Amino acid sequence: MKIAVCVSHVPDTAAKINIGSDGKTIDPNGVTYVVNPYDEFAIEEALKTKEKLGGETVAISLGSDANKETLRKALAMGIDNAVLLKDGGYRDSLSVAKALAEEIKAQGAELVFFGKQSVDYDNSAIGQITAELLGYNCISVAVSFALDGNKITCEREIEGGKEIVETTLPALITAQKGLNEPRYASLKGIMAAKKKEIAEKSPAAATNFTEVIAMKRPPSKQAGKILGSDATVVPELVRLLREEAKVI
Amino acid sequence: MANKILVFIEQRDGQIKKSSLEAAKVASDFASKLSGNAEALAIGNDISNLDSLGSYGIGKVTHLKNSDLANYSPSAYTELITKFVNDNGFDILFFGNTSLGKDLAPRLSAQIDAGLAMDCTALNFENGEIIATRPVYAGKALVDLKITSAKKIFSLRPNVFNPGTASGNKAEINLVNAEAPKLNVKVTDIKKAEGKLDVAEADIIVSGGRGLKGPEHFHLVEELANVLGAATGASRAAVDAGWRPHGEQVGQTGKTVSPTLYIALGISGAIQHLAGMRSSKYIIAINKDKDAPIFQVADYGIVGDLFEVVPVLTEEIKKIKS
Ligand SMILES: Cc1cc2nc3c(=O)[nH]c(=O)nc-3n(C[C@H](O)[C@H](O)[C@H](O)COP(=O)(O)OP(=O)(O)OC[C@H]3O[C@@H](n4cnc5c(N)ncnc54)[C@H](O)[C@@H]3O)c2cc1C
Repeated sequence: MKIAVCVSHVPDTAAKINIGSDGKTIDPNGVTYVVNPYDEFAIEEALKTKEKLGGETVAISLGSDANKETLRKALAMGIDNAVLLKDGGYRDSLSVAKALAEEIKAQGAELVFFGKQSVDYDNSAIGQITAELLGYNCISVAVSFALDGNKITCEREIEGGKEIVETTLPALITAQKGLNEPRYASLKGIMAAKKKEIAEKSPAAATNFTEVIAMKRPPSKQAGKILGSDATVVPELVRLLREEAKVI
Repeated sequence: MANKILVFIEQRDGQIKKSSLEAAKVASDFASKLSGNAEALAIGNDISNLDSLGSYGIGKVTHLKNSDLANYSPSAYTELITKFVNDNGFDILFFGNTSLGKDLAPRLSAQIDAGLAMDCTALNFENGEIIATRPVYAGKALVDLKITSAKKIFSLRPNVFNPGTASGNKAEINLVNAEAPKLNVKVTDIKKAEGKLDVAEADIIVSGGRGLKGPEHFHLVEELANVLGAATGASRAAVDAGWRPHGEQVGQTGKTVSPTLYIALGISGAIQHLAGMRSSKYIIAINKDKDAPIFQVADYGIVGDLFEVVPVLTEEIKKIKS
């Protein structure tokens, strides 16, 4: 079976975000980029599934040459092949999904893993859109995954609990933390990944349905009031909560 | 041509979710601004109080009913909404950005070829257009965007839009027996975390971090949460240590929350934690390190030992409530 995993290349979660001079995107200066944290769970699940059932794995990423770093990380973890859909510029979720769906189809992958959300635009949307475009069954925000013959069972995180969801192949699963423990790349894996070829393709031109007007800083919070250093200030805190904040 | 606006009404166990009332109010407000019309669509088996949507400006609600639809099914819900939208010519759709809305809205975007704005925290009306504001990079920045396609989908962050006070008007209910739906993806069971309020839906959250020093001390967090009627949350350090379940994690790789009150106990306020809770209306921090970054976002802070302060705080609030 061919298993695809779609990965994005995003600012480190610890990065400070400054607005770029165009006022619409971030200033990449001084920002380190990493594999999207949720995509590590997706890569791990693809590898585990291959180890169990055999087959071939391919990682796909849409973006600039910089995304090769993330694809190399996927290769180093053990993914067989990598494809870069080379594209600069702004693409919204729908437009990214259209390009990814084309490539997944070209690869003939029957099982696809995504991270549940890319921690840059935070839409939590591309996986589900891609699945609908492909006509694949889709379970999002999976915290467990079991494949038995053609049948898939996942637990999916919801407010205050979990749903048990069943479906069949072909399918697309989006990964949530808790799905597995992503492995570290071995030294051997890292060396082998350096030698591997990353295929480059040009996706169809973007067809965006959204337009960013401006990117701005969130309203800054005023520095708060330190009330004191022990339990003697508790009555004052409670008074403020009742009278000023009116929350109790 | 006037816009036709549809708000999707989410139910769990036959009860309408609060986030759907918020979305209903937004939908009806935009219907007046765009001189259009707003209707609602609910899917499920028995659903209580659908006529109460009239209180939030909705004139008519269609209920697609089938016992196989009591639980969410991504494939069946997508198919039914797509058909309903196409048959009736709706061009603007609103969802609540809940776990269900997050799953469903993108699927509709693909099916009806609509531009998508997820997790909106503000919607403004400028020059006849809806401008959506949404957090990006875990809330470290915001973008204003407009949807340029003819069909548009907006998913609204729960707890942010005010549904206002109920007017008492009643909506007309259009009950439709839905034919056997396509259950390619099917929820077969729901495991509820017993009696627990979820951080993503709570109005007050009490969270604990590594400063609690071990799982055996989280009763301090739970007791304070109990007297406040709050949900309990945790930092990733507390979750990774195995002290708390992952569902409680607040932050960039946990849940994003915007409660009215967020109380952080023994949490340093790492950038990834702040990302998930900084939009809370009031933040209180109790931490013994005066330089902890959590104090930069806290409205009120106590620089002290939580083991001393928290029991007193719990008692004090108990007194007021009784
Ligand atoms: C990719 C990535 C994603 C992440 N996602 C998240 C996320 O979603 N959510 C999240 O929370 N973190 C996340 N983190 C982790 C984050 O960087 C921090 O490590 C974590 O938030 C720290 O948790 P903490 O504040 O409980 O612990 P610490 O940083 O160790 O802070 C403990 C605090 O307790 C205080 N303290 C100790 N004893 C007492 C006492 N007796 N009384 C009062 N105060 C006391 C200390 O002064 C200290 O400030 C992520 C990290 C990465 C790399």
